[in-house]
Amino acid sequence: MNLPSTDEIIDDLEFLDDWEQRYQYIIDLGKALPGLPESQHKEEYLVRGCQSNVWLISEEKDGKLLLHVDSDAVIVQGLLTLVMAAYHNKTPEQILAFDIDHYFAQLDLENHITPTRGNGLRAIVGKIQQLAKQSQA
Amino acid sequence: MSLNVAQIREQFPILHRQVHGKPLVYLDNAATTQKPQAVINALTDYYTQCNANVHRGAHYLSDEATRRYEAARKTVAEYINASRQEEVIWTSGTTEGINLVANGVAQRLKTGDEVLVTEMEHHANLVTWQQACKRSGATLKVVPINEDGSLNTEQFHALLSENTAFVSMPHISNALGTINPIKELTAAAKAKDALVMIDGAQGVAHGAIDVQDIGCDFYAFSGHKVFGPTGIGVLWGCYEVLKDWPIWLVGGEMIATVSYQDATWGELPNRLEAGTPNIAGAIGLAAAINWLRQYDAADILAHETALLARATQLAEQTDGLTIVGHAAKKIGVLSFILDGAHPADIGFLLDKQGIAIRTGDHCAQPLMKRLNVPGTARASFSIYNTLDEVEMLFEGIKKARLMLA
Repeated sequence: MNLPSTDEIIDDLEFLDDWEQRYQYIIDLGKALPGLPESQHKEEYLVRGCQSNVWLISEEKDGKLLLHVDSDAVIVQGLLTLVMAAYHNKTPEQILAFDIDHYFAQLDLENHITPTRGNGLRAIVGKIQQLAKQSQA
Repeated sequence: MSLNVAQIREQFPILHRQVHGKPLVYLDNAATTQKPQAVINALTDYYTQCNANVHRGAHYLSDEATRRYEAARKTVAEYINASRQEEVIWTSGTTEGINLVANGVAQRLKTGDEVLVTEMEHHANLVTWQQACKRSGATLKVVPINEDGSLNTEQFHALLSENTAFVSMPHISNALGTINPIKELTAAAKAKDALVMIDGAQGVAHGAIDVQDIGCDFYAFSGHKVFGPTGIGVLWGCYEVLKDWPIWLVGGEMIATVSYQDATWGELPNRLEAGTPNIAGAIGLAAAINWLRQYDAADILAHETALLARATQLAEQTDGLTIVGHAAKKIGVLSFILDGAHPADIGFLLDKQGIAIRTGDHCAQPLMKRLNVPGTARASFSIYNTLDEVEMLFEGIKKARLMLA
């Protein structure tokens, strides 16, 4: 998967100031997310949101966490891509050192990872951080 | 006379604010309604001028608070045509009302008894009964719906039996807008000697309720769905059934006498209202009802019918849009799905345009499963919505689809 880097995303979004362009960008990222085959939409990988669902599968390779994610809503897929840019194929140390709240604030999308949002994004972030801690231990 | 909607909107301060820099189009009324200035004033006035605890004060303010609080009960009793004021029990909302009744029913049910609910239940009127049945060994029977989202009344009659101890059903479905023929179904259930409860959370928002005409034993609703404050609701129960109903919460206010080892219970309504009640909420709810009563019920109905009719018409003209719930008798709710777009995406992109709807399972997961949809987008209408807002909804949907295409 060719993920943009967090710096590229920050640069891209900085140029887009009206909401339509910004969310079109996120929607396009979401569409480009490879996602998971339907057969992998299993209960054990599911992070249930009140409005949309997210699936997360992780594996460890060469000391890095490989993450595979999907959602049934395309905007959430786009937001997941932002999260993946920060966390996918990174070491547990890198994951735990990354300030995700600051990143989302820089993107002016901090409202998406507040606990009030029913899209499961906060839960995914928490889960990835927990995986990183476990693999460190 | 038709409603002067512009004059009504003037009375709702929140309808004049902007969200995301756009004028608010509030179409989430089945979740909660906005509050007119009259209700806001009643709450402010209560806390500014009158706040005191009720039923126990030896002072002026307590007397006045008690008078206003009990006058609120009278207002509700009149509005729903209760035969006695003591039949009106204050609760925190519909959910607590149903729990209060289910708790009592669970104590009386025995193995072999049956409880009837419908496939269109909100979780509040499903999980309560499911758990009451689990506790008591009774059986939960679920009346199916038809493909159009109406209740299968034939099946309702077929499932009723001598074993049916209790029937609980929604007046109006929150997810589909279906209006159930509750009077006819209540009569059928009463003929089998079953007790009947109506979940009125959505019913109360769309016109005056006459509990005696319905003939049910219990009717529960929430204040916030009828322009009142959150945290206040009403359980109405027929006096004869309610007077020795198993107690619910215990504590202050609901007792007659207390010793260290024992207690006796007070009379209705106090015996089912433990603790300091939501006094301001009750007064606010009465203000909401008095506010609503100044308008002609037929005018309100005509207005809401026109909003839904126009919304349905525009929905039918939208390619790839499927309306979820086509019952012949429905009100207030347009639930829909769009090809190739998740409801959450639609809701999100409408929100960015200032349009508030609800998306998801509407606290009715088994119903969504039954309808084979992951959830729906739901626009729900109220007295202050306009036909222009309905047009804006569909303009918003058009834009959302373009972005998602």
